[in-house]
Amino acid sequence: MSVESYIRKPNRPLQLYAAIFLITLYLPVLFLPLFSFNDSLYVRFPLESFTVRWYVELFARDAVWNALWNSVRVGVAVALVSTTMGIFAAKAITRYRMPGKGPVVTFIMLPLVVPLIIFGVALLVLMSQLGVPLSLYTVAIGHMIVCLPFSIAVLIPRFEGFDASIEEASADLGENAWWTFWRVTLPMVGPGVLASLMLTFTVSFDEFILAFFLSGTQPTLPMYIWGQLRFPQEFPSVLALSSIIIVVSFVIVFLGQWINRGAISASTSGDAS
Amino acid sequence: MSGNNGFISIQNVDKYFGSFQAINDVSMTVGHGEFFSLLGASGCGKTTLLRMLAGFENPSSGEIYIDGQPMSDVPPHMRPVNMVFQNYAIFPHLNVRDNIAYGLRKQKLPKARRDDMVDEMLELIKLPHYGNRKANQLSGGQRQRIALARALILRPKVLLLDEPLGALDKQLREQMQLELRALQRTVGITFVFVTHDQEEALTLSDRIAVMSRGEVLQLDTPGGLYERPQGREVASFIGTMNFFDGQVRGQTAEAISVEAAGLGVLSIPETKGRFVEGESVQIALRPEKLELMDAAPTDGSESTKGVLQNAAYLGERSHYYVKVDGHETPIAVSAQNRFDGSFAVEEGKPVWLTWRDEAAVVLR
Amino acid sequence: MTDQTLQSGSASGTAGPRAGWFGRLIYRSETARGYTLLTPALVFLGVAILVPFGILVVMSFWTAEGFGFDTTLTTHNYEQFFERPIYMALLSRTFGISGMVTIATVLLCYPMAYYVAFHVHRNKMFWLVLITLPFWTSYLLRVFAWKVVLGYEGVINSALLSVGLIEAPLEFLLYSKQAVIITLAHAWAAFAILPLYVSLEKIDKSLLEAATDLGDGPVRRFFRITLPLSLPGVISASLLVFIPTTGDYITPALLGGPDGAMIGNLIQKQFGPINNWPMGAALSIILMLCIAAISLIFIMLTLFVRKRIS
Repeated sequence: MSVESYIRKPNRPLQLYAAIFLITLYLPVLFLPLFSFNDSLYVRFPLESFTVRWYVELFARDAVWNALWNSVRVGVAVALVSTTMGIFAAKAITRYRMPGKGPVVTFIMLPLVVPLIIFGVALLVLMSQLGVPLSLYTVAIGHMIVCLPFSIAVLIPRFEGFDASIEEASADLGENAWWTFWRVTLPMVGPGVLASLMLTFTVSFDEFILAFFLSGTQPTLPMYIWGQLRFPQEFPSVLALSSIIIVVSFVIVFLGQWINRGAISASTSGDAS
Repeated sequence: MSGNNGFISIQNVDKYFGSFQAINDVSMTVGHGEFFSLLGASGCGKTTLLRMLAGFENPSSGEIYIDGQPMSDVPPHMRPVNMVFQNYAIFPHLNVRDNIAYGLRKQKLPKARRDDMVDEMLELIKLPHYGNRKANQLSGGQRQRIALARALILRPKVLLLDEPLGALDKQLREQMQLELRALQRTVGITFVFVTHDQEEALTLSDRIAVMSRGEVLQLDTPGGLYERPQGREVASFIGTMNFFDGQVRGQTAEAISVEAAGLGVLSIPETKGRFVEGESVQIALRPEKLELMDAAPTDGSESTKGVLQNAAYLGERSHYYVKVDGHETPIAVSAQNRFDGSFAVEEGKPVWLTWRDEAAVVLR
Repeated sequence: MTDQTLQSGSASGTAGPRAGWFGRLIYRSETARGYTLLTPALVFLGVAILVPFGILVVMSFWTAEGFGFDTTLTTHNYEQFFERPIYMALLSRTFGISGMVTIATVLLCYPMAYYVAFHVHRNKMFWLVLITLPFWTSYLLRVFAWKVVLGYEGVINSALLSVGLIEAPLEFLLYSKQAVIITLAHAWAAFAILPLYVSLEKIDKSLLEAATDLGDGPVRRFFRITLPLSLPGVISASLLVFIPTTGDYITPALLGGPDGAMIGNLIQKQFGPINNWPMGAALSIILMLCIAAISLIFIMLTLFVRKRIS
């Protein structure tokens, strides 16, 4: 015990470093809301007076509402489909002995590391060769490529977190696969499913790189922002819009991660990467 | 339904996991209402066999029949068997009542009837007021009873138990052994019980299959296994055993004459095996079948002289280790500690061992 | 409960064979069950990744012709890549920037991961969630935030100007290689911390006690025990930062300026304003091949390190 506490004794410089690290991690992003309430066209110190007019202006724009609606539709669809597929895939990966599992899992997780620009241009080329017009559907397909592995990665620790014998007990007591899923598996992985829905929604909602190559005439919210960045006079309203997106994203992701925190600890005590 | 002559009939079952053979050509039958144990060290295949009965694993070849029905294509949820899992697998998101009633959904009973059945089960497992507890508020012994109740409420033809007492401490385990045996008598269901604890298997079972490396070494009653082990592995796995090298001197219809190193010539009842003269065999003799004496027996019975090497006092009995000429390892002798004073323990003291030849077993 | 009630019924169902060859196959074979569940995900990813990638490979052997393509197969684009020094220069600068980002990220994240692994005892989850939170949120907006901070009239410059520390705005902040490196390192920090944390957390604490017991001070203990045992985490963190950043184009586009441009920008331009898709395809393939080669080296390194420490 004394050796333990010797190793774990508080380390002041390290504490300071951790504090600075966290502040630096969040500070740049916090400037967006700060300047979004600033009554000036320019993003610079010293601050002028407080205003909410950039937000009010935002509400009056149809283009913003359209883009928001597009992003929400894509996000919800992507979250639902990738989480559904993810549940099945995570169960298969954690529960069954099967040949070729290693390479298959590697292939599924590939989109998490391969630069997204590659998937973007590859899908763009495919769609143009097939003569499929770019639309929110093509954006959703692109987002699914990233969200599916994320969903699986979130759900695997959930499945690993409860013993397979719980599902076997259900089968043993007379329930088939369908009922076992509804009565045992889903309640057990429920927090993971919720977390997966929230995280994949946010990833899709905030995603820009794939949307850049794959969206047609209907822009998603990040695409809309990208378009506005060219106009200096739009800067304050972009700040306001960005602030809303960031706050909402942070809240959703934090809730999702927090609901699922049991599984995070399970995955980090095992092998994650 | 070929060759089906028991309530459970396992016929020439093999099981491979990849290239590893977990079960090697096992055949056995279990009678109706029997308390049947699969006994062996971990990795011997006993749990694999149990999981094949439950339907979680499939035989690579061979067939399992339960009550006359072949089981190969019957998935776990269609089988007339229920299982008590090693870790009990109590559903953590349900309370005790819902756990016990879990399997009743398909029967579509009125709620009142279902509640009555659950109450009856709670009564049977002596936890009448625990219905609304959550799984994480229960002790190991309570979880084990709930796992039992959850399975028994479905009136299975066979109840499978996978080391259900392994997680309990010694005192609770002994109590649960008695309760389990009484319960099995009450409900009259066939129990197939997996354990690595030979004492537990001997206490509980009507018959025991001793397994090793995926094979059944011997299938017998507890008494049969203990008194007449077939082969050295079973003999040494069940209880303590002294082994002596021996040579066959002759055989009659009833008995076989063997010269054993350290013991002299023994005449052992043996009717089944046929031995040739001069064949090398082993003689097995339980420690409690030997008697330790201060002086050579005067009644003329067989005896051998040795030197007391050491002794271990175990309360109700003591173990003595005696070195005998012509036998490498010390011979273990187990004797009850009588109230009139124990056998005087003095290392290096000369002692005499006596036994009855019928108590010895010949092993090839 | 009496004998009869328990013995009489066979309520858990009479055993009967399950109908259908598919049902039998599913029940008999774990492999069949597993792959059946994996089918939706595998079919989707197969179609959405392998097919487009195949077409991308084919297209890289085409040539652009006005608004269409000349579909005769030729290595023209690849020859162009090796003939014009601009491509090679851009690729090597890309790997240079990604390399710098990787080193900076891992160096800066390691102490943080160490802190959470060894010095945070309560609310560990809260810390982990807090650190990884930004990673899940809009990449575009995080880059945009850095533009606000580093801009010509941005946070830093205007703050320094208003307190009178500088006379004119610092120009090197925005539109430079440094700006790209800072932004990328910041953006990928959350991604790098997890593998580092996992490898540190996995270290058996009794090993550290043993090292202390055998006379190592904190510094020697760190270099002799902690660092070597966490090397697999360092390597996977490096890989997880290096590979995705090589393909980035938002950060260079918003903050890079002329000497901060990366290969991703050129690929994007080939599919946009330049409108030479086959060349863009060829550049993508070349980038993928380089990444594959570098990953292979990293993985070999990991295997080597694993072998050394276990």
